[in-house]
Amino acid sequence: MSASYAHPEVLVNTEWVAAHAQDPSIRVVEVDVDTKAYDEGHVPGAIAWAWNTQLCDTTVRDILPKPAFEALMTQSGISNDTTVVLYGDNNNWFAAWALWQMKMYGHKDARIMDGGRKKWLAEGRDVETAAPKTAPAARAYQASGPDYSLRAFLPEVQRAQKSASAVMIDVRSPQEFSGEILAPPGLPETCQRGGHIPGARSVPWGKACNDDGTFKSVDELQKLYGAEGVSQAKPVIAYCRIGERSSHTWFVLKYLLGVSNVTNYDGSWTEWGNLVGAPVEKGAAKSAGQA
Amino acid sequence: MKPEHFSERQVDVDGWQVNLTTYKLGEKWHSKADNVSPGAALARVVAESREAAEERALARAKELLSRTKRHTV
Repeated sequence: MSASYAHPEVLVNTEWVAAHAQDPSIRVVEVDVDTKAYDEGHVPGAIAWAWNTQLCDTTVRDILPKPAFEALMTQSGISNDTTVVLYGDNNNWFAAWALWQMKMYGHKDARIMDGGRKKWLAEGRDVETAAPKTAPAARAYQASGPDYSLRAFLPEVQRAQKSASAVMIDVRSPQEFSGEILAPPGLPETCQRGGHIPGARSVPWGKACNDDGTFKSVDELQKLYGAEGVSQAKPVIAYCRIGERSSHTWFVLKYLLGVSNVTNYDGSWTEWGNLVGAPVEKGAAKSAGQA
Repeated sequence: MKPEHFSERQVDVDGWQVNLTTYKLGEKWHSKADNVSPGAALARVVAESREAAEERALARAKELLSRTKRHTV
């Protein structure tokens, strides 16, 4: 019998969402880079958050400042005790980013719909195109934190790289890891140098998912990440290009495998690959077990 | 409304793998082309037929992918 996830309460399946999406204590949110997919059709009752305008500080490169986060929650009809179910395209990349940020600001009950938008559509479940009318929460949302134990900043990544004191997981594609391409295929190049942080292990984010977009079993995940040195013994830092794919891996490690010390380095390759003097390693990933 | 005829397949576009997701919603066909790894959407198209939606999504993906440079490692 397969073991269960470390925190199974953070995942709900599509069937559960179909049954509970309209409950007043639950808010379903589709999160994507923008709202184009949502506008085509979405889970009935779901509202939309756009990563590029609503989940980032649009002036300084940063997560939302606390007052802006509180305002977003309040305007979205979310109270501190609301159960928030997040889902989206790309097997929940941006939904994972939203959850990561909600956890930094202390939201208790945030969950991911396993399989995301893709599974919902593939199952032929109802969708609607009109956005629901959302009344602001009766009481203004009060965030705590931010809890930076969930986030890695450049100085600690530099220290970890120099001292090999953390397991660094690069979740980008093999071609981005090797330096063959400087951004995902078809997207603009956003860094000066290609390659990866020296010592990082390559575990592309999608390896954590099944073909239908759901997460792999805990046994499969343990095998996948364990082979690259992930354990409770060392801190783990996940990174990608801008921090959204790595928030997906952060979610897997933190909540599905229960790794206690894992952070998302959201500065990621667009920070490291543009730094003057930063060490860069090029070439394909070494096979599991190789130093 | 329920999505119908959901399909997903991979297509080679000038040496790049593209994932093409298509479904019908009401009277319209929706097609999305993504770049497989990592999976970012390159094109989203709505059209009157499956063929038209997929053709336009692939054309846009091809245009974007042609801008990607492969560097020698």
